[in-house]
Amino acid sequence: METAHGSVRVLYFARLREAFGTSGETMDLAPGLCTVADLRERLALRGGVWAEELAGSRVVRFAVNQTLCPPAHALSAGDEIAVFPPVTGG
Amino acid sequence: MAVRVQREAFDIGAEIDRLRAGRTSVGAVASFMGVMRDFNDGSGVQSMVLEHYPGMTERALESIVAEAGERWPLIDTLVVHRVGELRPSDPIVLVVTLSAHREAALAACAFIMDFLKTRAPFWKKERTPAGERWVEARASDDRAADRWQEGDGA
Repeated sequence: METAHGSVRVLYFARLREAFGTSGETMDLAPGLCTVADLRERLALRGGVWAEELAGSRVVRFAVNQTLCPPAHALSAGDEIAVFPPVTGG
Repeated sequence: MAVRVQREAFDIGAEIDRLRAGRTSVGAVASFMGVMRDFNDGSGVQSMVLEHYPGMTERALESIVAEAGERWPLIDTLVVHRVGELRPSDPIVLVVTLSAHREAALAACAFIMDFLKTRAPFWKKERTPAGERWVEARASDDRAADRWQEGDGA
């Protein structure tokens, strides 16, 4: 089985940044961590505030390399993945 | 086509004058200015802080403006959005569209605002008498953006 290599940069904004207590981290791509949905699941498994924000049906948006992406979007090494609540500008 | 994200206030009159200077084919100038309210969701609001995602914000706004330019015959477009701390009655956002005729200018201005509200990565945090709170997105904003998809056949 082919495994993914390399890492991705994960950024958090607004309420999620405050809840998680960090604005970002680097994560290694691994088998089972191939899509945006996998990333959400992986982060939710940390429990606590991570599960509160990400495990349920709460709406969370993802941008990969600064473009909004659906959960099925595939991740690649070097991607910048942003995780944030629905936007409220304007 | 210009997009600016800035902390400073802006002057709507000066921005419009600068955008249309020397352009004698302009027959219609439409603009929208969003201003900070001192109330929201049943509570007073003393101030707010606007956070954004530098880089993606500019890309998202440029993409929205480009899409408006494909849908309507626009001569030029300006979007200015503030970040940082704001107080009641402060201007937050400005959209100006120039066209030969009003239909295109008005529709493009509304389109850009509807998409900005749902796609551009800005977040508002309000300071109220009961403490700080993040503003929740509204379903009505999603519906406003969705209406532009109707009849597209896409």
